[in-house]
Amino acid sequence: MSNVLFDVPGPRAVRRHRIIGVVTVVAVIAIIGAVIWKFQAEGQLSYAKWEPFFTPSLVQLILEGLVKTMLAGALAIVLAVPLGMIMGVAKLSDHRMIRWPAWLFVEFFRAVPLLMLIIFIWSMQGFPLGTIFPLVLGLLLYNGSVLAEVVRAGINAVPAGQAEAAYAIGLRKHQVMRIVLLPQAIKIMLPSFISQCIVALKDTSLGFYILAPGLTFAGREIYRTFGNYLQTAIVLAVIYIILNLLLGLLGEWVQRRFGGESKIELVGGMVQAQPVGGAGRA
Amino acid sequence: MDALTDNLDLILKGFLETLKLLLSSGLLALALGTLIGVFRLSPVPILRGVAVAYVTIFRNTPLLVLILLTYYGLPQLGIDFGFFWNITLAMGFYTASFVSEAIRSGVNGIPLGQAEAARSIGMPFGMTMTQVLLPQAFRLVVPPLASVFIALTKNTSLAAGFGIAEATFRLKGLLNDHATERVTIFVGIAIGYIIIVELISFGAHLFERKYAVTR
Repeated sequence: MSNVLFDVPGPRAVRRHRIIGVVTVVAVIAIIGAVIWKFQAEGQLSYAKWEPFFTPSLVQLILEGLVKTMLAGALAIVLAVPLGMIMGVAKLSDHRMIRWPAWLFVEFFRAVPLLMLIIFIWSMQGFPLGTIFPLVLGLLLYNGSVLAEVVRAGINAVPAGQAEAAYAIGLRKHQVMRIVLLPQAIKIMLPSFISQCIVALKDTSLGFYILAPGLTFAGREIYRTFGNYLQTAIVLAVIYIILNLLLGLLGEWVQRRFGGESKIELVGGMVQAQPVGGAGRA
Repeated sequence: MDALTDNLDLILKGFLETLKLLLSSGLLALALGTLIGVFRLSPVPILRGVAVAYVTIFRNTPLLVLILLTYYGLPQLGIDFGFFWNITLAMGFYTASFVSEAIRSGVNGIPLGQAEAARSIGMPFGMTMTQVLLPQAFRLVVPPLASVFIALTKNTSLAAGFGIAEATFRLKGLLNDHATERVTIFVGIAIGYIIIVELISFGAHLFERKYAVTR
């Protein structure tokens, strides 16, 4: 690995690094040990506190929550993609009457906290599908706006010569967009799109606030019954981490298969990131 | 508009709480995230491993789950700093993982040739660091850090369900009390958040313009 900050270490540096390494390992073990000791001392390791996660009916409750969470996340992303495409392309329109409303839409829903949006939609009441509706609609509006920026940036990243060549052979404006620019932009967009999927999945946990069915809601049922707050939060965290790592692997595979050679690195996406911010994709 | 103007003091108090949360968890995230970021960039493989583990765990866990952990979980261990600080802890630890990634991506954005050139004209390590690398690193890190803090601003809304009367908590209350003016209330409070977000990105923009790296 070449790095700006340091050279290949010499013998003395290697020795020093080894010492720092040993100290680090000891420190990490000490921290983990202290946590386990504290858990033990406060009786948090007792079987009674963990039992719910081995009880078949409660495992089923969690699994049902998991399915609903994944359903909400998938639904939101599947609907957000066309919305993002439309808004992204509209933001690039030559017509002010299309460009400005699209700009306002995207900027507004990106800047407003997602939770606030969900609570607002929920307060309107009387929707067809119960509390899952405000959750999915909120996720849709937010992720659609973020994807719109991703789409716009992707289209702008296609070399200008591509559009010029397309116009030169006599294609119309919408044909240039549909046949030449969008297909190439999609390849460029893939990494951001995948990290946005992870973000959407994590954000489904916000359904907790409006008691929408899902993983965190199932967790709430459990800790309210058994009073095992720590254990429930840890189990939820582990489920989300595994789910996101799997999604990351899937993303890497998709990128290898369809995205060309550029490598991507996905670590959990970024909740409510500004696209092209850099931090979201590192 | 009445619902907004009549409750202006309440809303402003809410935003004050939002800002307090933003400041406290932002400082924690900056301190911890810089440390993890330095680990991530260090030549010692084990330190890098620790940083990667930290980032993987905290970035893949929803913030809400971390809040549940510190808000309900910590008191069960006999550790309780009160509502505000328990939530600050969750937000700070969560955001620190994004800060560390922002710092890493910023520092890695410096071309390798800069360090090589410094070394080739005989600069010692300390000088390479202070004269060539760090001044560039600070500037390159500002834009991604600004996005992290914008995200944090919006994330503070998650405190609404946990006994902190910040802006989104006020929204919830006002929506209940003034059913006919829901849209006005929503847009009004949204504008409050937008102002904070714009101030952060404007500050970052000013900084960038003043200290731009010319290439």
